[in-house]
Amino acid sequence: MSLIEVVLGGVITGGLYALIAVGFNLQYGVARIFNLAYGEFLMAAAFAAFWMFTLAHIDPILGMLASVPVTFAANWLVYRVLMLPLVQRARTRDDLEGDTILATFGLLFVLKGAAQLAFSPDNRFYDYLNVPVHVLGFTFAANRVLAFGVACVAGLAIWLFLTRTRYGAAMRALAIEPTGARLVGVDATAMSALAFAAGGALVAVAGTLVSTFLTFNPAVGVEFTMKALVVVMMGGIGNMVGSLLAGVLLGVAESLCSYLIDSGLTLAVAYFLFLIVLLVRPRGLFGTP
Amino acid sequence: MRVALVLVVLALLIAALAAVPWLVSDYGLGFMLNLMCYLVLTVAWALFSGTTRYVSLATAAFFGLGAYTVAMLIKVLPIYACFAVALGLGTLMALLVGLVTLRISGMFFVIFGFGLSELMRELLVWWEINKTHTMGRYVFVPFDTTMIYEHLLGLAVLVFAVGWWLKRSRLGLALLVIGDDETMARQAGINVPLAKVLIFVVSSVFMTVVGAVMAPRFGYLTPNVAFNPMISFTVVIMALLGGMQRLWGPLLGVIPLILLSEQLQVRFPFWYSVLLGVVFMVIVYFLPRGVTGLVEHALGLLREPAALPRGVAELVASVRARLVGQPTGGS
Repeated sequence: MSLIEVVLGGVITGGLYALIAVGFNLQYGVARIFNLAYGEFLMAAAFAAFWMFTLAHIDPILGMLASVPVTFAANWLVYRVLMLPLVQRARTRDDLEGDTILATFGLLFVLKGAAQLAFSPDNRFYDYLNVPVHVLGFTFAANRVLAFGVACVAGLAIWLFLTRTRYGAAMRALAIEPTGARLVGVDATAMSALAFAAGGALVAVAGTLVSTFLTFNPAVGVEFTMKALVVVMMGGIGNMVGSLLAGVLLGVAESLCSYLIDSGLTLAVAYFLFLIVLLVRPRGLFGTP
Repeated sequence: MRVALVLVVLALLIAALAAVPWLVSDYGLGFMLNLMCYLVLTVAWALFSGTTRYVSLATAAFFGLGAYTVAMLIKVLPIYACFAVALGLGTLMALLVGLVTLRISGMFFVIFGFGLSELMRELLVWWEINKTHTMGRYVFVPFDTTMIYEHLLGLAVLVFAVGWWLKRSRLGLALLVIGDDETMARQAGINVPLAKVLIFVVSSVFMTVVGAVMAPRFGYLTPNVAFNPMISFTVVIMALLGGMQRLWGPLLGVIPLILLSEQLQVRFPFWYSVLLGVVFMVIVYFLPRGVTGLVEHALGLLREPAALPRGVAELVASVRARLVGQPTGGS
C-alpha cells in the first residue's frame, strides 16, 4: 500500500469524522448542550442498520429513510423534555455546561445499558459492498467509498441549510451571539431544539455509515463521542468549516498511524492532536489565538 | 473537653472498623471492603470536584493506573515497592493532566478526563499484545482480603484527615473562592492554576493508591478490567447523591449505592447500568445538593421555631422582654 493510498484512505475516514463533529458542533455550538451521550445515538443507528439488513435485507442507505427521522425526533424530544428544564434553571453558561455534562453522562449509561440488555454486548458486523473498487487508479473498499460519498452529500446539505436558509442563519446567529440573536427576534428555544435534533440526525447518518464497514458493539459510543469532542475543539466551537477540516485531519493522522505504527492506537492519535491543540492553540486551529 | 470526646469517639469507631475482619463472615468482609474502596474514591473525588466544581470523569484512569502498575510489577518488586511506584506514577499523570488542562478552562479538563481511561486501556492493550505478548496478568501475593481491608481503612482515615485539614487551610479557602467565582479569586491574588493542580494531584494520588491496594483482590487483571468506566461513573453518582457540602456527605451516597450494587451488579450488570443512569439523572434534576442537602434542610426546619399564630408571637415577645435582665441561672 502506497503512502498516497494511506492518506486517501484517511481522507475517507476523515469525512465521516467531520460529519460526526459537525453534528456535535450543532448541539454544543448552537444549542449549548454538551452531550456526552452523543455517540450512543451513533451506536443506536448502527444497530438499526444492522438489524434491518440482517433481518429484512434492507439496504442500509435506504434504511436511513427510517432511522434518521426517528433519531431526529428522539433528539428533539431529548432537548424538549430533558435539556430544556436545565436550560431554564441555569443562571450562567457554566451552570448549564455542568448540568448538561452530568445529565447526559447519566443518559449515556442508560442508553448503553439498554443496548447491552437488548442486543447483548457482542461485536456485530455485516457484509455490505465489501468489494474492491478502483478510483483514480487506487483501490478502496466499495463500502468506504460509498460512506464517504454519503458523508459528503450530508455535509453539503447541512452547509446549504446553514448558509442559504433563514433557519440556518438563525442558528449561526445563536452560535456567535446568543443575546443579540434573541434581540433580533430569533426564537432561541425552538432553534436550539431544531439544532440539537439536526445534530442527532447527522450522527445517525454517521452511525449507519460506520456500521457498513466497521465492527461495532453497544459500547462503541464513547469512542466516537471522544473523537467528535477532539475534532470540535480542534476546529473551534461553533465553527462548522473548522470541524470539517479538523475531521479530515484526524482521519489522515489516524490512517498514517495505523500504517506506520499500529491500527489499535486510533484514540491515542486523537489524544495526541488534542494535546497539541491544547498546548499551542487552545481556541482551535482556525480561531484567533 | 468536647474535642477530646470527639477524638475518643472517632478512635473507638476506627478501632471497631479495624476489628471488622474478625467479626464478620467472608461475605460481610467483601462487602465492607467494597464500601471502603468506594468511600476513599468518593471522598477523594469530592476533595477536588466538590471545591472547584470541575466534574472529573477520570477516576477510572487513576484507579486503573494503580491497579495495573501493581499487576505489571508484582513479579519483580515487593508489594510495598509496587505501591510506591504506583503512587509516583499517579502523581506524574495527575501533574501532566492538571498542568495541561487546568490552566485553560473546565471544558478541556472534562473532555480530557472523559477519554483518559479509554486511552490508557488502548495503550496498555497495544503494549501487552505487541511488546510483552501477554493479555492479562495474575496477581498472586500473600496480601489477603483482611490486609486489603485494613489498608483501605487506613487510606479512608487519611483522606478524611486531609479533607478536615483542607477546610482549615489557606489552600481550602482558596479553592472555595475559586469554586464560587474564579475571576474574583484571581483578583484576590490567588494563584488559581496552582491551587487547582495541587488539589487535583492530591485527589488523584488517593485514587491511584486505592487501585494499587485493590489489585490483589482481582487476582487476574486485564486492561479492560482495570480501566472500567463504570468506576468513574459510580464515584460521581455516589458523591452527588451524598452531597459535597459536608465532608461526611459522600458516606450517605456510598452506602445505599453499594447496597444496590451488591444486589444487582453481578447478576444483572446491564440493568445495573440502566438503573444507575436513571438514579443519576434523578439526582441531577431533583436533588442538586444531594442527600446532605435534604438532611440539612430538614434539620434547619427542626431548628427554626414553627410559625406561631397571630397574637401569640407578640405575647411571647412581651414575656421575653420582661424576663430580660433577670438572672437565668448558671450557663
